[in-house]
Amino acid sequence: MFKRIMWAAFGLLLIPSVAHAEDGIDQAISDAIGPIVNPIVNTVFYSVPVFGTNFPLIVGWLVIAAIVFTLYFGFIQFRGFKHSIELVRGDYLDPNDAGEVTPFQALATALSGTVGLGNIAGVGVAVYLGGPGATFWMILAGLLGMASKFTECILGVRYRNEYENGTVSGGPMYYLSKGLSEDGKAALGKFLAIFFSICCIGGALGGGNMFQANQSFAQISSLVPFFDGKGWLFGLIMAIIVGVVIIGGIKSIARVTEKVVPFMAVIYVGAALIIIAINFAAIPDAISAIFAGAFAPTAVAGGAIGALIQGFKRAAFSNEAGIGSASIAHSAVQTKHPVTEGYVALLEPFIDTVVICTMTSLVITITGSWEPDSGVTGIALTSKAFEANFSGFGYVLAVAAVLFAFSTMISWSYYGLKAWTYLFGEGQGKEVVFKLIFCIFVVIGSSMSLGPVIDFSDAMIFAMAIANIIGLYMLMPKVKALLKDYHAKLASGEIKKIK
Amino acid sequence: MTDIYVVGFDGTAHASRALDYASARAKKSGAKLHLVYVLEWSPFSFHTPEELAERHGRREEELARAQSVLQPVVDALTAEGVTTTSEVRHGHAGELMCEIAKDKKAAQIVIGRTGESALTQRLLGGLALTLAQASPVPVTIVP
Repeated sequence: MFKRIMWAAFGLLLIPSVAHAEDGIDQAISDAIGPIVNPIVNTVFYSVPVFGTNFPLIVGWLVIAAIVFTLYFGFIQFRGFKHSIELVRGDYLDPNDAGEVTPFQALATALSGTVGLGNIAGVGVAVYLGGPGATFWMILAGLLGMASKFTECILGVRYRNEYENGTVSGGPMYYLSKGLSEDGKAALGKFLAIFFSICCIGGALGGGNMFQANQSFAQISSLVPFFDGKGWLFGLIMAIIVGVVIIGGIKSIARVTEKVVPFMAVIYVGAALIIIAINFAAIPDAISAIFAGAFAPTAVAGGAIGALIQGFKRAAFSNEAGIGSASIAHSAVQTKHPVTEGYVALLEPFIDTVVICTMTSLVITITGSWEPDSGVTGIALTSKAFEANFSGFGYVLAVAAVLFAFSTMISWSYYGLKAWTYLFGEGQGKEVVFKLIFCIFVVIGSSMSLGPVIDFSDAMIFAMAIANIIGLYMLMPKVKALLKDYHAKLASGEIKKIK
Repeated sequence: MTDIYVVGFDGTAHASRALDYASARAKKSGAKLHLVYVLEWSPFSFHTPEELAERHGRREEELARAQSVLQPVVDALTAEGVTTTSEVRHGHAGELMCEIAKDKKAAQIVIGRTGESALTQRLLGGLALTLAQASPVPVTIVP
């Protein structure tokens, strides 16, 4: 194991030395990556002009899918909410299955992958570009996204692979290929699964890695002058820690963060609630600003359409509904019926977007921190808003940012790895190659300026949704059949409450 | 009806002391022994996705390992003429021991003292303390 760590460290040390030192290492990395990234970004975010604003088709793709699933399953996210809570609470857990993965554990792990810098920095970007009105569309997107998550996680469990050694692999690549081949569309299924896997690797390196590294560095460097301009150094440190966990297999570090992250989330939401309570007098104004911005035809920052695009985009990026990633984490659950995991998973966009993202944007709006065209965006805007009431909160935010970033990276390194092994087959050597690449991208991510990083992250994450949602549309009748079967079993008492 | 003694047993030295004590009593009184091996586990803990994916296999391994610790002991006691049964469970040791004692209508629970200081016991909620507070039957703690 020590040898493997040494190799990882050696690989990482090569990167900075390869870059030119003329304009600084960071600039060199940005320059080198830009030309590769831009064409990908332009293709995925092909936009059409709608009412004078550029509307990226992919955002519409996600929202339409969420609306379709919401209607097709009859507003399952509202009807089934209570049942979801009961499942997570363990009311249906069979005591004989003690020791297996519980719905709560699957949800918590999937959440630690989604609750990341999207909730802190992404919302800052949304409000900066889209105005307070973006909040409204973000919440709506979160509520609709619950139905997408429901659909993809049921399929994830239904078509997972269970191996002889007791490990489980699931996710879109499996339901796309296995699910569609049942209908005699094996070739299409295989194509979509491969397309998804390629994008998933990109998404793991982009949104699940570079964006996280970039934004946590932004927060750290604004507080610790030593790191200013030394993105590569921060990245290197981060990469070594990530490498120790994912390559070295030192689980204890991961275990510590997995315990600290939920705690940080509680502190974050708690602080947000306190700020909202302190500024309660400003609540009516903030709410009217949110509604005015959400529907104003010609407001700032592109008006209602601008707010809608930003809100939807950031919500999708944060809660990953329709992207397919969470289905990989949810597939490991022990359940008597795949549908239970759908119910559990629909809580994810709710917690991630409707609760945590909304807190961030409310704090930004209520404290009046948003200034159009000021250049204060992303995590800097969120930090400024929290600092308005709690001076020194920037440090808490920095710790939260690094921890969220870390846990998201660990989760995404696994999602990426699963896509990688789907493409190239399982095997220790192949897996280490991917993990090394993953660590290298941590360094790249924290060295680049925000623009190219966000664009690339978005592009790859959203591209996953292209293949995933095509598959979801084709497989949704199967989900409906499973749902019918599940409710029949609930009614007959075959599946019943234990507590 | 013969008495049943529920014994917490995980193969450690203190568990062995508890078992020695319980089997000596059982031989005298003709009671049955029921050994319980608890694998500490919470349905509300946090794990990495990799751990979740491997969980089912790990669980099987844990159960097999626990069984391999229990089986020789059960066989030896049976050979000595003490009727002995056993089970392996995942969960919270205190809760499970109470539940099993209740279900089996046990005469008493016997556990070994782990030898932790009072402070660690208090902080970590030691098994002995939990049982002392929650057990439905008398508890013997063997030092």
